[in-house]
This record gives sequence, C-alpha cells and structure tokens, in this order.
Amino acid sequence: MTTRKFTALALTAALLLPVQALADKYIIDTKGSHAFIQFRIQHLGFSWLTGRFNTFTGSFEYDEKDPSKASVQVEIDTASVDSNHAERDKHLRGDDFLDVEKYPKATFVSTSFSENDDGTAVLKGDLTLHGVTKPVTIDVEHIGHGEDPWGGYRRGFEGRTRIALADYGITYDLGPKAKELELILSVEGIRQ
Amino acid sequence: MSDTFESVGPVSSPENHRVALRNTAERYGLVAIFLHWLVAIVVVGLFILGAWMTDLTYYDEWYRRAPDIHKSIGILLFITLLIRMSWRIVNVRPDHEPGIGTLQRRVAEAVHWLLYLLLFALMISGYLISTADGKPIEVFGVLSVPATISDIPNMEDVAGKVHWYLALVIISLASLHAMAALKHHFFDRDRTLTKMLGIRTHRD
Repeated sequence: MTTRKFTALALTAALLLPVQALADKYIIDTKGSHAFIQFRIQHLGFSWLTGRFNTFTGSFEYDEKDPSKASVQVEIDTASVDSNHAERDKHLRGDDFLDVEKYPKATFVSTSFSENDDGTAVLKGDLTLHGVTKPVTIDVEHIGHGEDPWGGYRRGFEGRTRIALADYGITYDLGPKAKELELILSVEGIRQ
Repeated sequence: MSDTFESVGPVSSPENHRVALRNTAERYGLVAIFLHWLVAIVVVGLFILGAWMTDLTYYDEWYRRAPDIHKSIGILLFITLLIRMSWRIVNVRPDHEPGIGTLQRRVAEAVHWLLYLLLFALMISGYLISTADGKPIEVFGVLSVPATISDIPNMEDVAGKVHWYLALVIISLASLHAMAALKHHFFDRDRTLTKMLGIRTHRD
C-alpha cells in the first residue's frame, strides 16, 4: 500500500471514532470495597436482620447526556453471604436457603433505566437468584460523581428493591413477617 | 460349658480383691472402664442428637436447645477424653488375650488409636464451626470457650462437612470395634469383653 493510501485510511478511521457515542463504562470498585450489597429481613417481626454478600463483581455504563442507555451488570458470589453469625451463615448457604453449591452465583442484568425529575431513577432488570430469574424494579438514588484525588473519575448511586423469597424458590418458613427481603445496593464505579 | 456370664459384679475371691481402680496386666481398672463406657454412650448419643437436630426447622421447640446441648456436651467430652488419654498413658495396658495373633493385635491397636485421633479431629471441627465468626461457645451457660482461629471465608461450611463425615467414619469404626468385642466373646470365648466390663467369669 502506498504511503498516501495508508494515510488516507488512517485519517478516515480516526474520523470514525467520535461518531460512535459510547456511554462511559465504570467498573464497580470492589477492590477498594467501595460497594456493598446488603440485605435486610425481619427477624420474627421483632427486629431487622442485616447481612451482606461480601464478594461480587460488576460494571455499569452511564452517559449523562443519554441516561436511558445506562446499564448495570452484577454477579454475586452467593457463598460470600455474611450475617455475622457462623452457624446462621452456614445454614443460609445450605439447601434450606441459598443452596450455594447448586447456585454459586446470583446475577442482575439491567433492561432499562429512566431518570425521574428529582435526582432519583428507576432501574429495571432481571435478577437471577437460587436459579430463578425474575424482573425487578430498583429505586435508584444518585449520590454523586467526579474526579477523585488519585487521577480517577468515580460515580456512585444507591439502589433499593424488595423481593419475595418464595418467588425465587426459597420457601423455608421464617414466619409471616419475613416473607420479603430488601436488597440495598450501594455502588461506586471507577470510570474506565 | 455355658458361655454367658455366670457371675455378676466385681466379686471378691480368695486370691484377688475386687476389680481395682487402676489397670493391671490382667484386666482394666474401674476408672478406665468407667471412662470407656461414658465416652461410648456420649459419642453415640451426640451422633443421634446431631443427626436429629440438623433436621429441625425454625419453629421446632428444640431448634436452639438441641445444638446448645450438643455443643456443651461436646466440649465436656473433649475435656473427658483428655483426662482419659492421660489416664491411659500413666496406666499399664492389660495384655491381649493369649491366642490373639499379631495381625489382630495390630488391627486392634490401630483401630483404638484411630478412634482417639478421629474423635479429637471431630471435636475440633465442631468447635471450628461455631467459632468461625469469632464468637465463643457457651457450655451450659457456665463456661465460655473462646474462638481461636476464625474469620476464614466459608470456614463453618468446610468444618461442618468434615465434622459430619468424621462422625460417620467414627460410628462405623466404633460399630466394627463393638462387633469385634462380641466376636471375641462368643466365638473366641476369651476375656476381651469381660475385661472391659469389670466382671469375673469362669474364663478368668
């Protein structure tokens, strides 16, 4: 190929780059542990029991100019469940509840995202838990975004949703006040 | 000749006293006998309790009580076995019955030591389940055994699996041990079993 043709080709390729407006991709900062997946469920109707999934990975795409294109993907290691009680956590991992040997991962894949007027948003997607996939709606609150002191750009939000355990095939009787589980996703991503 | 126990209880006879507290070359002493049967009953009892309690559900009355008892007795068993091992070390071991060949002797000793080893491993694995989060084990609300190794991810699950499989192996081995004792009593017609029952029979 002649030098001229090569240059023309290179310039054309360079021009094509800005045409594709990709949303910014963020990797959820699990290395620095600036993201938390917690759950809340009532204990016998007497108090709130809180636990966490300590190990998960994920990413999200977000474009301020076109938020409806935003998407989120999270994969949770179900065996990392932690409610600060060894015997309870062992029980939760067993086949009465999460059955982590059969279902070592739980996932969330978003299907739509829409901003409200007040700084909140609605994220919809498919949650796969205990081998069952169901659509969920997550209420999202933007927390903030910007440059960090170390040369990166971060964006964070918090999402909450409620699920019925029985919908996902977890039917162990924990009493009438413990049919629903609240999931609280506090997420910070580092822009790539 | 009858092969049932003809005389019952530790009987005084012209030459010998009753069964002594300490072991002799001839027979086990009362302390060893007591410790042996105590441990046997507790181990079988804890196995049954453990197998039953893991099937209980949230609303069963014994859901919390059974594991509390299981753990408390387990800790006490640990202490008892330490005492028993010490007693064994400072005592003479009664001779094997004449007529028991080398192979049987070796197998018997191997099984006995294996039972000790597996029991300690069993109790330690149980301890590691409950203390995996750093919390202590309460022994009947009186004694508190603190955690040592803790906070290893999935520690309670691994320890739990080990605990269950060890329990199965121990119960199998103990059954073998019991059947061997019965074989010695009814087939070999020797004193193997009666030495551990603290009774004298026509076989003495």
